[in-house]
Formats: sequence, structure tokens, C-alpha cells
Amino acid sequence: MAVVQAVPIDQARGRLPAAVHVIKPGMLTTIQDGGRWGFQARGVPVAGPMDPVSHRLANALVGNVREAAALEITLLGPELEFEDERLIAVAGAEFVMTLDGRAVPSNAPFIVSAGSRMRFGERRLGARAYLAISGGIAVPAVLGSQSTHLVSAMGGVEGRALAAGDRLPLGDPRRVEGMPLAPQAAPVALPDRHARIRVLPGPQRDHFTDDALEVLQSALYTIGQNSDRMGFRLEGPRLVHSRGADIISDATPLGVLQVPASGQPILLMADRQTTGGYPKVATVIAADIAVAGQLAPADTITFAVCTPAEAMTALIAQERTLMAVEARRP
Amino acid sequence: MSDYRVVAAGDSAIVVEFEERIDPVVNARTIAFADAVQAANLAGVRDVVPTYRSTAIYFDPLRTDSVALMACVEREAIRPVAPLAAGAAPVRIPICYGGELGPDLEAVAAFAKTGEDEVVRLHASATYRVFMLGFVPGFAYLGIVDDRIAMARRSTPRVRVPSGSVGIAGVQTGIYPAETPGGWQLIGRTPLKPFDPSRANPFLMKAGDAVQFYPIDRREYDAWL
Repeated sequence: MAVVQAVPIDQARGRLPAAVHVIKPGMLTTIQDGGRWGFQARGVPVAGPMDPVSHRLANALVGNVREAAALEITLLGPELEFEDERLIAVAGAEFVMTLDGRAVPSNAPFIVSAGSRMRFGERRLGARAYLAISGGIAVPAVLGSQSTHLVSAMGGVEGRALAAGDRLPLGDPRRVEGMPLAPQAAPVALPDRHARIRVLPGPQRDHFTDDALEVLQSALYTIGQNSDRMGFRLEGPRLVHSRGADIISDATPLGVLQVPASGQPILLMADRQTTGGYPKVATVIAADIAVAGQLAPADTITFAVCTPAEAMTALIAQERTLMAVEARRP
Repeated sequence: MSDYRVVAAGDSAIVVEFEERIDPVVNARTIAFADAVQAANLAGVRDVVPTYRSTAIYFDPLRTDSVALMACVEREAIRPVAPLAAGAAPVRIPICYGGELGPDLEAVAAFAKTGEDEVVRLHASATYRVFMLGFVPGFAYLGIVDDRIAMARRSTPRVRVPSGSVGIAGVQTGIYPAETPGGWQLIGRTPLKPFDPSRANPFLMKAGDAVQFYPIDRREYDAWL
């Protein structure tokens, strides 16, 4: 096994920043920060983490800023080798994980030493884990963000998922003071292949028959196989348009349920296009985006219409949990 | 009595809708409104996205003063918009029409019951408006294409459309900024990049811009690259 030596620090001449080496990439591992906001008017998708709550928790656990670039790990995890000593943490989907053969916990920071190897094994619950490293991943920003958008090949490592042999440069860690945090309760209740997801009606509720929201809540929707970071193609009760299946194209927010002529809704997720021409019957509340992001093809969803007040209460509760961890940063 | 409406899109976005039609005047109002909301620089607002006839405002509900946001919306949505002026100089974009760079030019000529030269003349003689951007980074929806050459999109989209390809889809025309699948009728290609993140200004066009095309021959096209 090739042991990678940390490059000696030479402040006067500058130095190559320390890095993480990708030994095995996993099924779909991408670099995500808080997302590429501010350019949707130019057609640039936001991207960012599918489960933003677990992404933020992982960063909080290692003392990073909230939106630092971290790894989003999908279904099958990677194998990584660290060049220097770092504090790292994994939140979100639950995997069996080992560091140089020893089990390491989720939702808790731990130290990796120079040359150590982290392996992801069996996945137990949820679809996407977030691995944050103190100092963050220092790939160049494109339009202000390091988030990978696969379709437009932007951000991350050359706009693509990680590949074996990639070397991910790391930023300088913030000064770490005090003891690392004890394991945290996960703020996202990981779904066991099924989730109840709350929506608010609209923006084009009035383009559907009167019973559309009842139909939406009447039975399970299954996430189709051709679903990805752009959206989940759902199979379930058919929604019926009242004014045709075309609208003058407009903006497509995160979590919106757009309904093409087939009547089968598509839940738009992190990598969605900025605009679309299908009516949108309802929108997932911000607090439930994270749990949606923990679902995978063949998993099922029950939708529940809620009130704006309930949506806000749920979001505030989630924020409190995250802020409590951020306040106790190591 | 207002002639716009505000629709919630979940708890983190609102959509301000103007008249339900594709019309340069409605679009100009939509863009002016978006610019004004952007300029107000309200805390918590993350993105302002004008489209054909509505503007979406994305915000962080925990960090946005909703009363201030609604006051801004109500103030700016009713502000009269100056009539469409000649405005800034149009963005001028060279196109090499037809041949292998524009494989559908022949079909559009057949649709128009005219020659390829006449299709080129009609396409390149209009001044288009950028109604909005979407689909992929830097893709501008341009209109309005002369009815005579406004051929519907292909029944089977191409799996790969080369970047720079110029297409027609009904009364819309546009340039593919990247290699993507696409169903528009391809009549030519430009050597310019509508989107290039390495440029100081990554985008060739923004919503509201005027755009004109002009023909170049294959040698000029090749020399440009």
C-alpha cells in the first residue's frame, strides 16, 4: 500500500495544500457546498446537497462554516486516504464505516491521522451521507460555488462525480479549541424506504381538478428508477390537469411537484433546471427537503398537505437543533 | 385593483405573476420588477428569477422579513414601466448557416416553401428579444421568429446537439450553450460561446437584451474558433 507523505510545510515558499486521495469513488460521490445561488436568472441550476440539514450538521461537527464544501455520498460509499491529520465527521445516511479497520461513528467528529484510510461499508438507512473535513474541500469555485452540477459539468472536480485517483485539496482548518463533540442525535429522521413528506399547495394548484390534492394524498408514490439529483419521477395516483399540461415556462423551485401530461408528478430536487413548462401542483416544505433527499429509487412517499404555520414550526425546530450543534462547535 | 398576483411556491419562494401571455411588454415589466426587487437587496432573499411573465423570488424564510418583502413586491409590481425603447445596442451574433453545421436548414426551407437563402435572410433580419434564460446555463429563449420559418420542434429530439448550434422551435429561437439533448430545428452554428465561466462576463446574454444574428461563411466560422 502506497503511503502518501504529507508535504512538508514551507511557509516562505508556499506549499501544496494537503489533500484527500480517492481510492474508490463509490457509486456517486460529489462535492457540494451550500449551492450556486444568484444565477438562476441566467439559467444556472442551484445544485447543492440533496439533504442540506445533514450537510450542515457534518460541517458543524468539524467546526467548518455552515456551507463549506463536503462530500455527498450516494448509496455506495467511497474509500479515502488522508494526507494529513484532520477532524472529520459523517452525517446523514447510516453506513458501516471504518478508519484503518476500526469502526467509527456517524454524527460525531473524529480525528484521522496522516495516511489513514476511511472505508464505507454496508448502508443501513437513508440514501446520502455527508462527509465534512475540517478546513473544507478547496476545489475552485465556479460562479461563487464549489457545488458539482453533473448535467452542466460545473463545479466540484471537473464538474463530475469523484473518480479513483482524484486528489481533493483541503482548506486550512479553523483553529480547533476544546473537546470534540459527543455524538449528536441526527436532526433528520432517516427514512426506512418510506417517508411522509409535507407539501403546501401551489404555485399552480388551480391548473388541476378540484380533487387533485386529495388524489395526491390518497396513496403511495414510488420513486422511479430514472430518478436522480435533478428530480424524482414518481409513480402513483394520476393527477388530472384542468387547463392542459402546458404553462408559459416559469421558475421551478426546489421541492416543487411538476406534473407533465402523463399525470405522474416529478419532484424537483437539487440539480433541477431553473425553469419549466409544466404546471406545479404543490411544493415540499423546506423542513422536509432533507428527508426527501434521503430517499432512493424504489422507495415510497406519502404526501401530506400542511399549513404555512406548520411548515414554519417544523423549520424553526430543525434550525434550533442545528444551531445548538453550531454553538457547541469544537 | 391590481393586475398582478402573488402566488406562494412552498415556504421559501413566491411567484409574482403578470398577464398570462408571451408579450414583450409583459416581459419587460417582469424583468423591470425583478431588477427592482434585486436592487432592494432585502435580507434573506437568495435569488430573483424573471421568466416570460412572472418573477420568482427565492428567500430563506428564517432570515427574511416577510412584511418588508411583501411591501417591496407591492411597491414595485405596480410601478409603471417605460415603453419599450431602442435601449442598448443589440448583442450581435455571427452564425454559419446550413451545411453540416445546420442540418435542419433544408427542412425549414421546405416547411417555408422557399429556399435556404430566404430562411437565412428571414432569421438574420429580425431583432429578437431575450425573454428569459433557462434549460441549461446561458440558454436564452429568443423571440419572436417570423411565422414563415416558425417550424415546430422535431418529433424525435436529437440525443446530442453540438454546443453553439442555433435552433428554431415555433416562434422561439436559441443557441445551445453546451452539448445536450435537444429537439429544436438546427439551422446553423455560432463560434461564440453563450456561456463560458472562465470569461470575466460568463454570459453573452441576459433577459431583456436585444439580439441580432448575421451570417458568416464556413471559412470565417473556422477562423473564429
